[in-house]
Amino acid sequence: MNSAALIPLFPLLGFLVIGLFGKQLKSERLIGIIGSGAILASFAIAVSIFFSFLGMPGEERSMHVPVYTWISTGAFTVNIAYQVDQLSLLFTLIITGIGFLIHVYSIGYMHGDKSFSRFFAYLNLFVFMMLNLVLADNFLLTFLGWEGVGLASYLLIGFWYERKFEGTGIVYTGDAAKKAFIVNRIGDFGVLIAMFILFNTFGTLSYSEIAAQAPTVWAPGTAMVSVVTLLLFLGCTGKSAQIPLGIWLPDAMAGPTPVSALIHAATMVTSGIFLIARNNVLFAMSPSTMAVVTGIGITTALIAGTIGIVQNDIKKVLAYSTVSQLGFMFTALGVGAFTAGVFHVMTHAFFKALLFLGSGSVIHGMHEQQDIQKMGGLKKYMPTTYKTFLIGTLAISGIPFFSGFFSKDEILWMGFLNGSPILWGVGAVAAFTTAFYMWRLTSLTFLGEERFDHHHVHPHESPATMTIPLIVLAVLSAFGGFLGVPHVIGHALHIPNLLEGWLDPIFERGMSFLPKHVGDHAMLEWGLMGASTVIAIAGIMLAKSIYSKGTERAEGIAARMKGIYTLLWNKYYVDEVYNFAVIGPILAVSRDFLWKIFDVKIIDGIVNGSASTVGAGAAALRKIQSGVAQNYALLMMVGIIAFLAWVTLGR
Amino acid sequence: MGVAALLCTLFAPLAGSLALLLINRDQTKAIRVTALAISILTLGASLLLLPEFDQSLSSFQFVIDQQWIPAFDAGFRIGIDGTSLLLVLLTTFIMPIALLSSWSSIHKQEKEYYVLLLLLQFGMTGVFLALDTFLFYVFWELILIPMYFVIGIWGGKDRIYAAIKFFLYTLVGSLLMLIAIIWLGYSTADHVFTADLMKLQAAGPMIPFEVQKWLFLAFALAFCIKVPLFPLHTWLPDAHVQAPTPGSVILAAVLLKMGTYGLIRFNLQLFPQASHYFAAAISVLAVIGIIYGALVAMVQTDIKKLVAYSSVSHLGFVVLGIFSMTTIGVQGAVIQMVNHGLSTGMLFLCVGVMYERRHTREISEYGGVTKVMPRFAVMFAIAMFASVGLPGLNGFVGEYLTLLGAFQSPVLHSWSYAIISASGVIFAAVYLLWMFQRVMFGPITNAENHGLRDLNRSEYWQLVPLVIFIVWIGVAPRTFMNISEASVKALVETVGKVGNGH
Repeated sequence: MNSAALIPLFPLLGFLVIGLFGKQLKSERLIGIIGSGAILASFAIAVSIFFSFLGMPGEERSMHVPVYTWISTGAFTVNIAYQVDQLSLLFTLIITGIGFLIHVYSIGYMHGDKSFSRFFAYLNLFVFMMLNLVLADNFLLTFLGWEGVGLASYLLIGFWYERKFEGTGIVYTGDAAKKAFIVNRIGDFGVLIAMFILFNTFGTLSYSEIAAQAPTVWAPGTAMVSVVTLLLFLGCTGKSAQIPLGIWLPDAMAGPTPVSALIHAATMVTSGIFLIARNNVLFAMSPSTMAVVTGIGITTALIAGTIGIVQNDIKKVLAYSTVSQLGFMFTALGVGAFTAGVFHVMTHAFFKALLFLGSGSVIHGMHEQQDIQKMGGLKKYMPTTYKTFLIGTLAISGIPFFSGFFSKDEILWMGFLNGSPILWGVGAVAAFTTAFYMWRLTSLTFLGEERFDHHHVHPHESPATMTIPLIVLAVLSAFGGFLGVPHVIGHALHIPNLLEGWLDPIFERGMSFLPKHVGDHAMLEWGLMGASTVIAIAGIMLAKSIYSKGTERAEGIAARMKGIYTLLWNKYYVDEVYNFAVIGPILAVSRDFLWKIFDVKIIDGIVNGSASTVGAGAAALRKIQSGVAQNYALLMMVGIIAFLAWVTLGR
Repeated sequence: MGVAALLCTLFAPLAGSLALLLINRDQTKAIRVTALAISILTLGASLLLLPEFDQSLSSFQFVIDQQWIPAFDAGFRIGIDGTSLLLVLLTTFIMPIALLSSWSSIHKQEKEYYVLLLLLQFGMTGVFLALDTFLFYVFWELILIPMYFVIGIWGGKDRIYAAIKFFLYTLVGSLLMLIAIIWLGYSTADHVFTADLMKLQAAGPMIPFEVQKWLFLAFALAFCIKVPLFPLHTWLPDAHVQAPTPGSVILAAVLLKMGTYGLIRFNLQLFPQASHYFAAAISVLAVIGIIYGALVAMVQTDIKKLVAYSSVSHLGFVVLGIFSMTTIGVQGAVIQMVNHGLSTGMLFLCVGVMYERRHTREISEYGGVTKVMPRFAVMFAIAMFASVGLPGLNGFVGEYLTLLGAFQSPVLHSWSYAIISASGVIFAAVYLLWMFQRVMFGPITNAENHGLRDLNRSEYWQLVPLVIFIVWIGVAPRTFMNISEASVKALVETVGKVGNGH
């Protein structure tokens, strides 16, 4: 068997060992080493495969690793088999690389927690499932990982199951966990149906076989390919928190912060992007689905960005930011810029993991305080956290040469080129909100005057297990963008776009279905790049002018724009609408009609009614019987004999 | 060897229940241990079937054919195919667990209880093994008696109502089945009565369509009550809520499967044309049951009732798979029968664990139980996610295949069955996770829950074997599905070939 099969195996072993023997292991250090070591081992294998791939021509960089036959009956066979290629390997490197850093960070962050071992077991389980999701060679194995990461997410969101958590209809962390799982299940319903259609059509669930056959079976643009891809996209809106199923992600912040960094920022929530990238042939064959993906993506990017502006919980700001950035990624996919979408997955994984871990460091240092209104001036106490967080902020805001600049700019540019100027415009507004809320967050947390109670809170820098991952991620956030330098800059500076070259073999089939834009747009691209840079700086400057002196000016503005502020503060009332229009009625009908009337009154009414009629008749006929049961039984026997007689004699 | 193992599997529980009669009623320990030992012995005997069972054959194996009542051509005819083997193994596997759980939940008239439980096992095994309609009917009716008493004597507050309801519902069905068995017996080519299932299987497709329809309906009614198929399900919540924990476990794990097994063995196999004719109608009821059961489960306040309604939903998948009449669908249905037995059985055990500590099953009485019972929380969560149909655990395999079968079914000929049913997987997550959240998570709000002790050793070891198989079927279902593959394939081919002609 190929060494690639070991990649998911190590985290599985880690999960089993820690899960089964965690209590006996006792030592936090040992558990931490096993948990992190498992991920590091997987990362090492992924890196070695990466280097062996580099020595091969592009089209040969692919391995098929069958492990065993999972389900097989009739004409249906699905294998546990892995497809290691440029796309899955890139995701694997992100998952195991950043996953390892976050595991190390967790050793410090979770220190002293009574469920330390349970935490690492869940974390390893998550990585195992996530690796299955991206490495799978078929839909069903991806689906196993897809729901598996949902399970890990559920377990980790509700990790501190006794704690309260604020949210619409949410009292405890467990409510948030349950909400995440159920909302995702709605999306999974779409994936399930899509898999039925695909198997029905192609007789297989293998990605490569479907991609090979699809263009011969379905003409591009036919209704069925749109139906399938839209159903898959429904799953993506669940897992990747897009409209209309994005409501769970902000509440997922109930989980410990490393979880938010790993699962709800860097990896799991990008599963939707992976699914579309993996099936780029199918998606590219449906212009209408691509339009929907673009529309949902850009709308989500904007809406979530505006909500992020007014939130006061440090993690919730980052959560809405994640939703918004995922929207950018879908926008990229929707306009056919697959590489740009995946590129943003990567840079976002760097800087968002950094920002979340940084926020965790702050929360850790502030004794579980998450309200940025009660922070300020932490720069002095937590210098490393501050510096790395600042790099993350600059990266996500799109300040030139930080990683986020390259990937976001590429998306906006492709949106302009393949989409429309309006798309660029909306994207630019969303990018403006990004820069704004991120500077607001940085400023209120680290700069300005100290607004916390010095008697009770003694901010301190976090231990090395936490700051070292921050530094590594900060370096990646700062320079990671050079892996995908846009062509115009690349030409000027003589840097190749490494990522594009790497991913080309994956996307070229899909790209062949999309219109191509030829011609020289260099001047325009430079111009738009300049414009988006100005927008990012403007966002930061505006936030700086408002928040440099704390929250007072902002409160004044909020008071003047009360309507908009309330709307944003309440997240456009989406949760409330769902509760009122969907959940409420379903519960009411189920309880007050289906159960209490249909089941109890109607069906049981008929059953009991006929029984008592029979009983009454029997009682009238003969009063010698004592118990009810005997009455019935006797009557039944009479009936049986009568029927027997009728049937046998009658023939 | 195989035949001996089969006879032992069938008769050991009967012999055991007779042996128990000889033990003094005061020696409860001896009674308990003997009953458990016999059930483990039976499990061992049933496992001996495996090495000799030829998975590549679709026909019955280890057949015994003894004349019994020559006048009716009724005989002691038993044998086993892949489908029934899986269900027999499920029975022999569940019984020791149910008996062990009885040690802590049954405290009165123990002698009678264990005698009845072993008698019940005898009846259930007989139902799955019988290759003779008369014998089948005897075993079918035999089960009614012990189950009636288990609910009626060792049950909860409204046990009499529940027991009678259970009795009545089932009896109405079996009455019609008896008529159908008699009618069917005369429907052979030469109109000489026979109860020999093999002969009837050959004769079945030749029965005129108009007659088949009536026979189909009579059998289907009896079986669908047992399943239970919507709208014949209202006995189930009452029976489950009132039955003692082991009763619920057996009821859910095995008894309900007699209904779905009957649908496969009799309805599909004997009346292929009628099966085609009624497939859509029954599937509609199955689909309604899936959604209806889930919705009603969602609003229950009693945990046991919630699990009971979830059975209505889960068994809907089984019936849908059967009447998809595809290999994928029926195979999915067969493995789903086993799955439901394991995961719902486990859920009932978990409910029993809580009931024994608090003597209530109201969700609102609990909250934050994880804190005091962490090991229990893990077990309960596994049972829940198995029931939710999480990939990697058993439930997913069955649900997925039954839905896929329904989706592809040439008989149902519409995607809507599978699509509507698939929404049931969303609701399953809703009702189970919501219940779990309210019972297990959050802080402890009810002072009475502070002192709850975690699983004891006996409870732990009742659950562990279930977990093993829940995971095993989830990650390597072929171990089990290969057993029934040949017989299901042959069935689907015969039904498909004959059935199109009506």
